[in-house]
Amino acid sequence: MLLIHCPYCDKTLPELEFTYAGEAHLNRPVEPSALTDEQWRDFLFIRSNKRGVHFERWRHTHGCARFFNAARDTVSDKFLSTYRALEPKPNLDNSDQTS
Amino acid sequence: MKQQRIKDHGRVNHDRPVSFTFDGVSYRGLEGDTVASALLANGVHLMGRSFKYHRPRGVMCAGSEEPNALIGTSRQSTGRFEPNTRATMQEIHADLTANSQNKWPSLKFDVGAINDGLYMLFSAGFYYKTFMWPKSFWDKVYEPFIRKAAGLGQAPSEEDPDQYASRYLHCDILIVGAGPAGLAAALSAARSGADVVLVDEHVEAGGSLLSEPSIEIDGDEAWSWLKNTMAELNSLSNIRVMSRTTAIGYYHQNMVGLCQKLTDHLAELPKHAPRERMWRVRARQVILAQGAIERPLVFDGNDRPGVMLAGAAQTYLNRFGVSVGNNVVVATSHDSAWYAAFDLIDAGISVAAVVDTRDDIAPELIEAAAVRKVKVLSGHTVTGTKGRLRVASVRVNPVTSGVVGAGHEINCDALLICGGWTPSLHLFSHTKGSLNWDENAEVFLPGEQAEACHIAGAGRGMWGIRNVLDDGSNAGVEAANAVGFNAKAESLPVANDRDGRGVTHIELPTDRSAEKAKAFIDYQNDVTAKDIRLAVREGMRSIEHVKRYTTNGMATDQGKLSNMNGLMIAADAVGKPAPKVGLTTFRPPYTPTTFGAFAGYHRGTHFDVTRKTPIDSWADENGAAFEPVALWRRAWYFPKADEDMHKAVARECKATRESLGIFDASTLGKIEVVGPDAAEFMNRMYTNAWTKLAPGRCRYGLMLGEDGYIMDDGVIGRLSNDKFHITTTTGGAARVLNMMEDYLQTEWPDLKVWLTSTTEQWATIALNGPNGRKLLEPLVEGLDISAENFPHMAIAECTVAGFPARLFRISFTGELGFEINVPARHGRALWEALWEAGQQYNICPYGTETMHVLRAEKGYIIVGQDTDGTVTPVDAGIGWAIGKTKTDFVGMRSLSRPDVTAPNRKQLVGLLTDDPNTVLVEGAQIVDDPEQSIPMKMIGHVTSSYWSESLGHSIAMAVVEGGNKLMGDTLYVPMADQTIAVKVTSFVFYDPDGERLKL
Repeated sequence: MLLIHCPYCDKTLPELEFTYAGEAHLNRPVEPSALTDEQWRDFLFIRSNKRGVHFERWRHTHGCARFFNAARDTVSDKFLSTYRALEPKPNLDNSDQTS
Repeated sequence: MKQQRIKDHGRVNHDRPVSFTFDGVSYRGLEGDTVASALLANGVHLMGRSFKYHRPRGVMCAGSEEPNALIGTSRQSTGRFEPNTRATMQEIHADLTANSQNKWPSLKFDVGAINDGLYMLFSAGFYYKTFMWPKSFWDKVYEPFIRKAAGLGQAPSEEDPDQYASRYLHCDILIVGAGPAGLAAALSAARSGADVVLVDEHVEAGGSLLSEPSIEIDGDEAWSWLKNTMAELNSLSNIRVMSRTTAIGYYHQNMVGLCQKLTDHLAELPKHAPRERMWRVRARQVILAQGAIERPLVFDGNDRPGVMLAGAAQTYLNRFGVSVGNNVVVATSHDSAWYAAFDLIDAGISVAAVVDTRDDIAPELIEAAAVRKVKVLSGHTVTGTKGRLRVASVRVNPVTSGVVGAGHEINCDALLICGGWTPSLHLFSHTKGSLNWDENAEVFLPGEQAEACHIAGAGRGMWGIRNVLDDGSNAGVEAANAVGFNAKAESLPVANDRDGRGVTHIELPTDRSAEKAKAFIDYQNDVTAKDIRLAVREGMRSIEHVKRYTTNGMATDQGKLSNMNGLMIAADAVGKPAPKVGLTTFRPPYTPTTFGAFAGYHRGTHFDVTRKTPIDSWADENGAAFEPVALWRRAWYFPKADEDMHKAVARECKATRESLGIFDASTLGKIEVVGPDAAEFMNRMYTNAWTKLAPGRCRYGLMLGEDGYIMDDGVIGRLSNDKFHITTTTGGAARVLNMMEDYLQTEWPDLKVWLTSTTEQWATIALNGPNGRKLLEPLVEGLDISAENFPHMAIAECTVAGFPARLFRISFTGELGFEINVPARHGRALWEALWEAGQQYNICPYGTETMHVLRAEKGYIIVGQDTDGTVTPVDAGIGWAIGKTKTDFVGMRSLSRPDVTAPNRKQLVGLLTDDPNTVLVEGAQIVDDPEQSIPMKMIGHVTSSYWSESLGHSIAMAVVEGGNKLMGDTLYVPMADQTIAVKVTSFVFYDPDGERLKL
């Protein structure tokens, strides 16, 4: 079972308390009606499915109930960072985890 | 039967005999025996039949890696039965009944053994070949045969009577394996003050030391050193030593699962004691000291009872005081088996020969053999064995420059084999640690680590007690220092050490046809060397394919004995070096683990909670039948004497339409939306327009996913400008709140809105029927509920029967309806007050089934029944619920996606059967032409279907391609026994103008 650091509670807690919530940094367009069918399709359905560092959302469902973001290596299944929703992607230059 | 026990030898208690039964015969063993050692002490080698060929099999090993001696165990006292228990691990006790498996009618005479003669039919991939033709044989012949023959042992027929416990544990260092490496690690780590847990799957710590009493450590005899070491460890408060405890899996971030057996060894069960306890250990550092597993040599007849691993025989001798035979031959490619032979000879057992495949034997072994006057055959191969239920002889041949010479037979009643040792990599592999091929030892060793772990001892290819002790001590130091302690390694002098080396083989060379050889690699799955070669010939190149095609390593022992032999032979057949072919993946659990241990306390009512409403107890007392809805149990219908569901529902429907029905709607999801931006938030989440909805009014709310499909619905009341009371579907409450929180937290954090789940805070009672107001009026205070002042879709706060309430005037039946929400604690009291006051109107309690019928008559959809995640508002005929002037809401953009606006989408329609008494089956498929050839084109399916008592005929709702354009057309529902003609209609069957709502 993974241990996940909740950036709101500032505690590292068992995965059981959390729910996965899909890819991160996919912002809903401010004006969806201005998008072409292709742009809207991409927003709805196209996901990166990364091998390596993946930015994703988690919710501390059985804790503070906040959504937050994480960078996780999908090969090693290790969390490189967790950070609050709406914060920019962290700098992971030293991680050397992309492959 | 000759007793094979050697007096006063071993660690068993010779003064404490214990009786148990095996296959109906009572046997006597000693305290400390396993089933295997006790049977061997009674001269019994035959302990099972093999999986595929039903060949007679004896015990091979002395540990949990045992592939053959799998038994069914039960207790006379409780009747609990467990299949596939390893006879080598099950301790005997007076309440134990053990039975052999895979045999009929008896272990010694087994009809299934005919498969052994039919081995050509069961070669590699036989599942895909033997049973393929003719096709018509599959159902009647092959499948029943496979089902009968498949599987090891019998599944228990009764519910597990035992309890299982589970615990969490946190420690600095977890050490897996209490052999010499684990003990040395424990000493150095625990002495430094680290919080240490030491586990071992056996009854007692010691590992290989239990089988090597002649070694001296630190000037002390091995067993004396062991005793003192355990005494020291047990005296320390910072170490916990757990025996009978298997590390079953190594999971993320140093979590290791431990299964601790607590009562399987006890004749008398302590009351309420759990049988097993699952520990979930989170360790800062893990030391794997799992040791190595001995490999068999691969030759024709290497599976006869009496053939066993040399190390196992040494264990039975030294630990259990049992001689596995009286005239023994040892065949080996590793030095270790020589020491087994020496121990047997020194205990007075006759060893006919030591056969070694190697020409070049260490001089000290030759010398030690000469002292004991045992015949040595170096540079020899083994080419066969004889004996039906027990090995009687072994055939050996000299090999000179690769040429196999003439064979000769040596009589024996036990053949001890050793093809080298495989470091136990299972737990390390669970962590995704990489493996490195060791050229010299021809084995895989742990490589790069993925977790904070250390591997010590034979598990990383070390050999000899002194090396292993040093290695363990160093691992303990490294682990302790890694978590901030200052540990010190120690190097203990070891006398009479048994260092050794060996070589790894493919099948042993033979002068006989290799095609006819039954040279087993995987004993439990009956995979032979030629199966592996056949798989490669038939095109399997990857070891993963070879594994699945032959089933090598796929039995319950997970290839503990077979993996390396299988790899070596596959690599040879493919023509690549072994490291290029690689190992298959080890997965948890390390040994078979009971479902009970995984489930722990989560069984029965603790596994799946049943949510009950505050009114549930009334329904129970009043004879309701219940149905599960999401996690809730809901009153389904209230049968009177002799009524079936059909009759009860017809009565409940009639009573509600004609006078008054009362319904527990408390399971509806409820969310309170509060804040200055509440209306804006509602506008964005729901398709409807909320800005102009006045406080005190309700609206049917429709929620879409961002993909434009209906996700949830429910009536929503506006209590004030900044406060909405949302209801959701029963099953959708958590999902809807999650989605709302998601948007609020991550997309619109600027909105000042607070969301609170109030599902369980409110009890909700629905009153439906023309007499609803008459009942309610005298009970309501603080509110005029006349039709003029409290019209359909009104909401207000008031008191009802003295309880503070939120009163909705809404209807899910088409009748005049009210939904009264009171704080949950008043739910039952309000229900009873309404029940009592309603007697004058023959008030009728109804359940979910009647609710379904009434709403279907009225054409109200149920999300999840009439929709399935591909239905848009327009498809469902509720396009009117979309706010016409809105520029955005969740899912709006998707409503103009090309496939959502495409013609001929499935649309919700009503269906009326030509025969009014025919009730369609929900889920039935619909076609437009019943005469077309099969497979027919299915254009839709029935989503809801009921008998309508009010209308006197059946009704159905369905989604049909282009359904709105088919009004009045006849379609067909083909069933197994008939084809039902149906007419397409509107899905509003009852009171289409809604007059009754306005009463």
